[in-house]
Amino acid sequence: MSENRIYIYKRYERFWHWSQALLIVIMMVTGFEIHGSYTLMGFKDAVDVHTFAAWTLLVIWAFTIFWQFTTGEWRQYIPSMKNVSAMILYYTVGIFKDMPHPFRKTTVQKHNPLQRLAYLALLAFISPLIWGSGLLYLFYGNWAQLGIDKMFSLETVALVHTAGAFMITAFFFIHVYLTTTGHTVFAHIKAMITGWEEIEDDHAPAAAEQGKRAHGKA
Amino acid sequence: MDKRIFGWRRWIGGALIFAASMMAGAANDPAAGSLPVAAAGGKAASTADHSKFKELQGPFKTGPEVTKACLACHNEAGHQVMKSVHWTWEAISPTTGKKLGKQHAANNFCGSILSNEPRCTSCHAGYDWKDKNYDFSNQNNVDCLACHDTTATYKKIATDAGHPLYEPREMPKGSGKIAQPPDLTKIAQAVGKPGRQNCGACHFNGGGGDAVKHGDLDTSLIKPAKQVDVHMSPDGANLSCADCHTFNAHQPSGSRYAATAKDTKGLDMKHEDHNRATCESCHDLRPHKNERLNNHANRVACQTCHIPEFARGGVATKTLWDWSTAGKRGADGKPLFIKDDHGHLSYSAEKGDFKYGENVRPTYKWYNGVVHQIGITDKIDDSKILELNRVEGSASDPNARIWPFKVMVGKQPYDPVNKTLVVNHVYGNDDTAFWGNFDYEKSIKAGMDYAELPYSGKFDFIETRMNWFITHMVAPKEDALRCSDCHTRAEDGRLAAITDIYMPGRDRNGWVDLLGGLAIIGAIGAGSIHGIARILTRRKGH
Repeated sequence: MSENRIYIYKRYERFWHWSQALLIVIMMVTGFEIHGSYTLMGFKDAVDVHTFAAWTLLVIWAFTIFWQFTTGEWRQYIPSMKNVSAMILYYTVGIFKDMPHPFRKTTVQKHNPLQRLAYLALLAFISPLIWGSGLLYLFYGNWAQLGIDKMFSLETVALVHTAGAFMITAFFFIHVYLTTTGHTVFAHIKAMITGWEEIEDDHAPAAAEQGKRAHGKA
Repeated sequence: MDKRIFGWRRWIGGALIFAASMMAGAANDPAAGSLPVAAAGGKAASTADHSKFKELQGPFKTGPEVTKACLACHNEAGHQVMKSVHWTWEAISPTTGKKLGKQHAANNFCGSILSNEPRCTSCHAGYDWKDKNYDFSNQNNVDCLACHDTTATYKKIATDAGHPLYEPREMPKGSGKIAQPPDLTKIAQAVGKPGRQNCGACHFNGGGGDAVKHGDLDTSLIKPAKQVDVHMSPDGANLSCADCHTFNAHQPSGSRYAATAKDTKGLDMKHEDHNRATCESCHDLRPHKNERLNNHANRVACQTCHIPEFARGGVATKTLWDWSTAGKRGADGKPLFIKDDHGHLSYSAEKGDFKYGENVRPTYKWYNGVVHQIGITDKIDDSKILELNRVEGSASDPNARIWPFKVMVGKQPYDPVNKTLVVNHVYGNDDTAFWGNFDYEKSIKAGMDYAELPYSGKFDFIETRMNWFITHMVAPKEDALRCSDCHTRAEDGRLAAITDIYMPGRDRNGWVDLLGGLAIIGAIGAGSIHGIARILTRRKGH
């Protein structure tokens, strides 16, 4: 089995993923405290930690965007409707019947079609919503200087930010659950830690084939 | 080429001068970074020793005699004082144009000066205001010593129209204690700048006693602990009142009728308007290291966070005064007086029911500096609680900030037919004064007749409120409000009553929370069901 594995997540990507995961969890916990949902560390500390985590993630994102473009990895997020129905069929039926996963990860195509759609939605919709509203929120005190104090109200900005927070929290739970759907429960998580994805023996040829095809396309 | 060298030389010279001035600045300012409090605590040396002036050798028998001597040299002082609110007890509101001041504004403490002059005017910066025909143009009646005595022996006694004692007198009557008159000659020779005792003699005792009126001004400020007042504590800045309430030609700065609810100028030294009565005058506009806190100052007054409670010095302030119950007599037929466990009068036959508070949490309201003060002659709406001095402001008003207030609860007599408040004659040795006869029928009639105001002959009592913004007793910064005191969903959050702003941590949209909550529950639920199904089907399959 050990020979059937591919190096799928590079070192920077893994660093990005886990630091982002940590920061997002921190921001979820502190964010909902700021929202008033519970009291954990106190409003002030929650705001400070939340703000610090946000800036940290922005810096990491700056590097990540650079990384995505220099490595060409950004292509992993180009959506495709092809095989989406196969993926849906697998998650709703196949997975219960122990049918093979219709998608095989390769280094050039590590996201299945559903993942691509989900990550694109995250990047194109939820992220701008959260970052846009979050930055406006952060710079509320400077709205007048920026000449935008008549354009927004704190309430609208706060509600948009909260809505985004709910969305990413829902995403988080689904995301974490789906990591358990590999050939073993922890297979995906292990891959994200080590970078190496183990390929099940009986499906290896198919994976190689699909990988080749994808490679050819790219 | 020459030019360029010259330019270089100038540049280097400039840099040297700059560096030198930086070093000099650092050397001259051992407490660099702290506030520029010059003669904090210490007395600035005077250029004149008043005890050596032959004009002040006396002996002086009365206050006006001393004043005459003062004015012989300080020939503008009398005219200046006579223009000040300390003398006129009258002020024109710069925002509403209304004539206010103690002579005209109604309050829910003692009531009106009219017909009660000799008692009330014990706090007048003058002598002899005995009745409504007082001559406000006689400068010999200006009281210099009330403010300039430095011996702490000069006292205007409560009942003599602003005069101190001139002869020994038994006080209180029947007590056998003989009070001695102050030595006016000695006092006159030791005059100086007003200290907190001078101002406090009246301002700590507003409303008829220690701490009664303001809540943030009482005798605890004569020597307060730092926890009580960082500015006045000997362990703090040790400032006197006039360090902030700067005077120019005897005109005090800082007024309840013309408050600066939002100071946009900042440091006042550079503006030279002799008004240092705002926090920003010394602390400037952005005093916090944390910018987020500085941004709050746009909508929240400094006092709101930095004076978490008032009446913190161990002296209780009056919070309720109900005149409607006054006049009761005990079983012995004598006027009834009841004291509570703390020794405060909870009932007085002369004044009615009282309630007190120590360490009181303020009430918070928007305030833009405009106050709508009810005058004694104004028509009032008696269908609801009467707010005697409504303060103006709202979230949409850029000049308004959220301020802390002591809200005084009152119940006082009014004329239900003419719909006006009334002048109640409480003090005097006659058969109508309420404090001797306990008969509202007579005392109100006498007061209204004296004031020459229309009175229907009927009286009733109306519940009133009065707003006193809190600005003294600033606490050490460690004791300032915490973010979560306001940013909380708790019903007793400090700003729970300020509902026209969106406040993070307190406010939310029910729909966003409902749909968002459902999304999270849906995500967790779907994952759980899917996972369980996988486990179940796997068992079946293998």
